[in-house]
Amino acid sequence: MTSIDKNPVAPRVIVREAAAPRPRWQVWLIRPEVVTLLLLVIAAIVATRLSPFFADLGFILESSTYYIEFAIVALVLTIVIISGEIDLSPAAQMALSACLFGTAFKAGAPIPVAMGVSLLSGLVMGAFNGFFVTVLRLPSIIVTIGTLILYRGLAQVLAGDKSISGFPGWFVGIDYRMVGIVPVPVLVFIAASILLGLFLGITIYGRQIYQIGTSEIAAIHAGIRVRRIKMGLFIASGLTSSIAGLMVASRLGSVRYDLATGGELTMVLIVMLGGTYIFGGRGSILGTFLAAWLLVIIATGMTVANIAINAQLTIMGLLLIVSIIATNAIYARSQR
Amino acid sequence: MTVSAPLVSARGISKSFGGVEVLRNVDLDLMPGEVHALLGENGAGKSTFAKILAGVHRPTRGTIELGGKPVEIASPIAAQRLGITLIHQEPISFPDLSVAENLVIGQVGAKPLGRVRWAELAKEARRLMGLLNVPIDVTVPMRGLSIADQQMVEIARALASDSRLIIMDEPTAALTPKEVETLFKIVRRLREEGRTIIFISHRLEEVRAICDRVTIFRDGDKIETATTASLTDADIIRRMIGRPVADYLHRGTSHVGEVALSVRALTLPGRFENISFDIRKGEIVGLGGLVGAGRTDVARAIFGVAPATSGVIEIDGKPVTINEPTDAIGLGIALVSEDRAIAGIFRTLPVETNITAAVPKRIAPKGIIRRTVEKALAKESVEKLSIRLASVRQPIGELSGGNQQKAILARWLLAEPDILILDEPTRGIDIGVKAEFYDMIGELAAGGRAILLISSELPELLALSDRILVMSEGKLTADIPRAEASQETIMHAAVPRSGRHTVSGAAA
Repeated sequence: MTSIDKNPVAPRVIVREAAAPRPRWQVWLIRPEVVTLLLLVIAAIVATRLSPFFADLGFILESSTYYIEFAIVALVLTIVIISGEIDLSPAAQMALSACLFGTAFKAGAPIPVAMGVSLLSGLVMGAFNGFFVTVLRLPSIIVTIGTLILYRGLAQVLAGDKSISGFPGWFVGIDYRMVGIVPVPVLVFIAASILLGLFLGITIYGRQIYQIGTSEIAAIHAGIRVRRIKMGLFIASGLTSSIAGLMVASRLGSVRYDLATGGELTMVLIVMLGGTYIFGGRGSILGTFLAAWLLVIIATGMTVANIAINAQLTIMGLLLIVSIIATNAIYARSQR
Repeated sequence: MTVSAPLVSARGISKSFGGVEVLRNVDLDLMPGEVHALLGENGAGKSTFAKILAGVHRPTRGTIELGGKPVEIASPIAAQRLGITLIHQEPISFPDLSVAENLVIGQVGAKPLGRVRWAELAKEARRLMGLLNVPIDVTVPMRGLSIADQQMVEIARALASDSRLIIMDEPTAALTPKEVETLFKIVRRLREEGRTIIFISHRLEEVRAICDRVTIFRDGDKIETATTASLTDADIIRRMIGRPVADYLHRGTSHVGEVALSVRALTLPGRFENISFDIRKGEIVGLGGLVGAGRTDVARAIFGVAPATSGVIEIDGKPVTINEPTDAIGLGIALVSEDRAIAGIFRTLPVETNITAAVPKRIAPKGIIRRTVEKALAKESVEKLSIRLASVRQPIGELSGGNQQKAILARWLLAEPDILILDEPTRGIDIGVKAEFYDMIGELAAGGRAILLISSELPELLALSDRILVMSEGKLTADIPRAEASQETIMHAAVPRSGRHTVSGAAA
């Protein structure tokens, strides 16, 4: 037999109870938000080369208003995805709530009442999604694909294919209202980013949302009210969508059933570009905030550089895939 | 032992994961026709060594000779080609495919587009199961089989590929004593056929029953290889943990107080029926029974994860309604769940977040998390339960199983429960840490908590419990006072009478 008790009962400190923690600089540097920031800087430099307009902050801010509406909803979508769910219906919710607003206005309701109707519809649509996901326990991806079609269909039934317009002057043109050089929608986006960033980062609900997204079963066992929180998130998503819908109505001065068509993909693109993990549990508002600007610069940059719209779509699609791969790779690294 | 050339001789095997050396310079010879136990605490390196032989991991350094020829075991498939099979603790199978299909999966040589000859496949499968003399219908899907039967199928697979070396990683963890007997019969037969078996287990009595030689690992080093008979249990444990282990002593039942938890006629159809029992303050009530007897379901019902459909739960004499875990926690109940990986830890989140998960009010009284309070609570817990880690900011997944379990226990201690349900609290935990757990459980009861301890390890139940309840097929079959409790009385009550569980039992 080989070695007989070479090492008899030596009182040795057990050192391998846990793997060594990775160095702090790695934890800070190797995260998806940093990739987003890097891309943002590169995109900005390339864009300035393409056109001198890009050196002008005012130009960027003005051209951002179209994307900013989606970006505001993407902030809430980020939180939904971190919780392990997804909501693909916000763009349709924007359309339906805006059409409800227009219809109410046409029926003679004063603008504030019509806005109230629109916000209420956002709440109801969000709760409807939430009901299927939390009470009937259906997968949110299927539920919200269903309601995406349903809400868009209802908008068309309601408004037909004509646009509703004739809103009073004070309501129209939110994107032309400025605070300094910053258009109001951008201001709303920045304020919402700060608020939701704090919500996710320092409140107990934010913490619990990460826990739910990491392991829903463990969260239930730890006494976290998973269903209540998820319901809240879907309602928040609906409410935010209706606000974004009103912003579109104001910017365009009219509403139509096809308002914000395809917006859900832009929102998902922003969230993914921002490094939020598609399977939940990881991600940040900061990432989504940066990604929104990255998208603005790329999209505007492509338009300025005269790239055809269909080629733009191709590039966006590639961007989405690349960002998912990068995020996954980074998280796989840190998961071990 | 056979006096012949070793089947496997490993020399200087080392393995590092991300800079952490988990195996250091291990030499080991395995003889044909021997059952060889690998022993050691979790993280000692025994599983890593086994997985290197099975091609799951590749060694950082060292050489392996198989039958006198140096080999590279690059992958599990390469291992299978060389006649090495690893049987997992929880058999990895395709639950919706039939037993016969599972038997041939992973067998090399099949043509990708070849036609499946179902009749031949079933015949071959029946022949293989026949070799084991286990009556399993090869046409039923794997899903319906007990874990024991699934393991038998895995073993049959090893026979199908005519393996010379069969590695069993904790094969008995989920088996009943009868099923263990069947497994041992088969292992003995395999040994007689000249095959080599590596047997990894935490249970010394099993090692004693079946293994010719043992090799003990500690902290990545091979400590010793010896014939089983030449070592006493105490010798083995001392070599495993590197220090003598004091027997945990039962604390007595003098401090038992009022009834804290009372359960009356609790029923969840298909899981358990008519369960009634009381637990007093300061009392540790054991709940024994076979796997699948419904013990975990009762715990989950009391905790509100899957509430019972009828029956009454009373706390301190008052009936309560528990619809979800939040309710239970509010009433002072805590559950340390059986399945730590899924229902316990948040793997990628920091240890501190994991520890404070059940006490949101304490770390965030006004909704905003107070980082200093959180950190202090976590550090306090780490110290109190001597959780070994590098930093409380570390993801909990980087800790060893025992320390993860301590962190989960710490989570519930922070919630200051009056009633603590522990479901298999020491499963998969090193012997050294187990002793710490036993001390902690005893202290918790001494502090006036009512404890329900679910365990499949009879010595654990016997050592800790003031009273032992036994479940069988969803019914409470015994309430044994400490004085009368023994392994026999528990097993007598645990073994079902209706014959539903006897599919694998009949083979024994």
